[in-house]
Amino acid sequence: MSGNADIYHEMIVDYSRNPINYGEIENHDVTFHDSNPLCGDSIDIDMKIDGDKVTDIKFHGKGCAICMACSSVLTEITKGKSIDEARVIEKNDVLGELGLEHLQAVRIKCALLSLKVLKFALYTYIGKNLSETQDVDKLKEEADNLY
Amino acid sequence: MQSTESLFENLRSDFPILKRTVRDNKQLVYLDNASTTQKPNQVIDAITDYYQNHNANIHRAVYELAEEATESYESSRDKVANFVNIKNRQEIIFVRGTTEAINLVAYAWGRPHIDEGNIIVTTEYEHHSNIVPWQLLTQEKHAKLEYIGMDDNGELILDDLDKYLATGKVKLVTFSLMSNVLGTITNAEKIIAKCKAAGVLTLIDGAQAVPHMKVDLEKLGCDFFAFSGHKMLGPTGIGVLWVRKSVLETMSPFHGGGDMIREVHKYETTWNDLPYKFEAGTPNIADVVGLGAAIDYLTKIGMDNVREHEIELTKYAIEKLSAVKGLHVYGTKDISKRGGVISFNFADIHPHDVAQIVDGEGIAVRSGHHCAQVLMERLNVAATSRASFYIYNTKQDIDILVNSLNIVAKVFKL
Repeated sequence: MSGNADIYHEMIVDYSRNPINYGEIENHDVTFHDSNPLCGDSIDIDMKIDGDKVTDIKFHGKGCAICMACSSVLTEITKGKSIDEARVIEKNDVLGELGLEHLQAVRIKCALLSLKVLKFALYTYIGKNLSETQDVDKLKEEADNLY
Repeated sequence: MQSTESLFENLRSDFPILKRTVRDNKQLVYLDNASTTQKPNQVIDAITDYYQNHNANIHRAVYELAEEATESYESSRDKVANFVNIKNRQEIIFVRGTTEAINLVAYAWGRPHIDEGNIIVTTEYEHHSNIVPWQLLTQEKHAKLEYIGMDDNGELILDDLDKYLATGKVKLVTFSLMSNVLGTITNAEKIIAKCKAAGVLTLIDGAQAVPHMKVDLEKLGCDFFAFSGHKMLGPTGIGVLWVRKSVLETMSPFHGGGDMIREVHKYETTWNDLPYKFEAGTPNIADVVGLGAAIDYLTKIGMDNVREHEIELTKYAIEKLSAVKGLHVYGTKDISKRGGVISFNFADIHPHDVAQIVDGEGIAVRSGHHCAQVLMERLNVAATSRASFYIYNTKQDIDILVNSLNIVAKVFKL
């Protein structure tokens, strides 16, 4: 099989077929939506936050196998983390889980759309509830520089 | 005289890029022609020759080079006129491409002519370039944008048009002659006849049609027509807007600047003759020359031969693709009503994943919304995969695509 098919290993195909944490949280504390203008991938993330802890997180939307697998992994990583821990999640934390560190540039946006949405969801939540303006600026900068 | 079949086989050697390999030595199979086409040596050489031997600014200087440059530039205008049968060369404006052409109309015709309450009608299968300029205009003017719907066969529901025309508020009906996603060929004659009877102007986006079939503007009878050079073997950054003279004369200038003026004084300016009033600044001379070479190339093959070749390929591709289990081809199966653009989805696999895997086999297909999100919504899909053909494609290219889909099926355990 060719090099291009190699990235679609078992885990990615499985995650795309049966995504983890897929769905909506009805009484979420924060939700955020974003899409990829180039390809039309579209992701929503809902979170339940108790104190400073992300007690539940779900995503839904439309995307390719890479996008779905990375969203699954990201929500698994995030669940149970504090806001401070969640906001320092980096792209390689997600890509590394799936062996996608060398993903070609054109697909990296598919892989990281959900991380961008997570960062903005946290930004929205902090902005709304904690007013930590310094952190908010840093978060926004981080999110903008993700790709 | 060679047979048409060997004509199409032989012309592949005119395209240097088709010789290259991609992704670990796979022969390139280029099936993204609705997006842009490859360029033959004849076009590349014409541009090189222009820069090596004739480069100068046009229309002003008196020296020999400038004369040659002007002559090359203006002779391309005549080639365009012959190619799509335009009687008056003053009605041909060179622009960057179809997008700029439509924006020019929205600005220079739309602003003086559209008022509050007016309606502009477009269709559900338009490219964003034939939607967004009209959204901008109608929002600014408090006018309305309406859509001719599409049936499940990928054809327009013209009863919708009757409904809008009956309001008496429609000022312009704008549509593509061929859908860039479904390949549907629009029944332009019928739309134009209805609009003419209602005294409504028509704009045709010819970006997908002009490269692939004989187009006769005199016969069509629309009022505005736009197309791009790069989708018909020409260079990027050059396109054509044609406007019927009686309409063109009612339009304000688009860009102000050099070449579009007759006299400039401190506080007032008079405009140059048509079409120069709409060609401000130094134009894209080299690529106009390149477009001329592309038109020569296509004229030599004959547009009826081009269409016939693509009908053969499209028939073959629809048959082969429809036989792949789990694969759905969008649009009409009636080959007389469609061009060589085939959108499909493969089971529940996202088109990006399909495109990525077939790219590993050297195949360039497009995946995504193809700048037609309104149509994607209508089809209720996020995206499609799209294969689109041109003169250098072969049945073998289609076989390679179909074989690569077996790899996709294997990876995704279909």
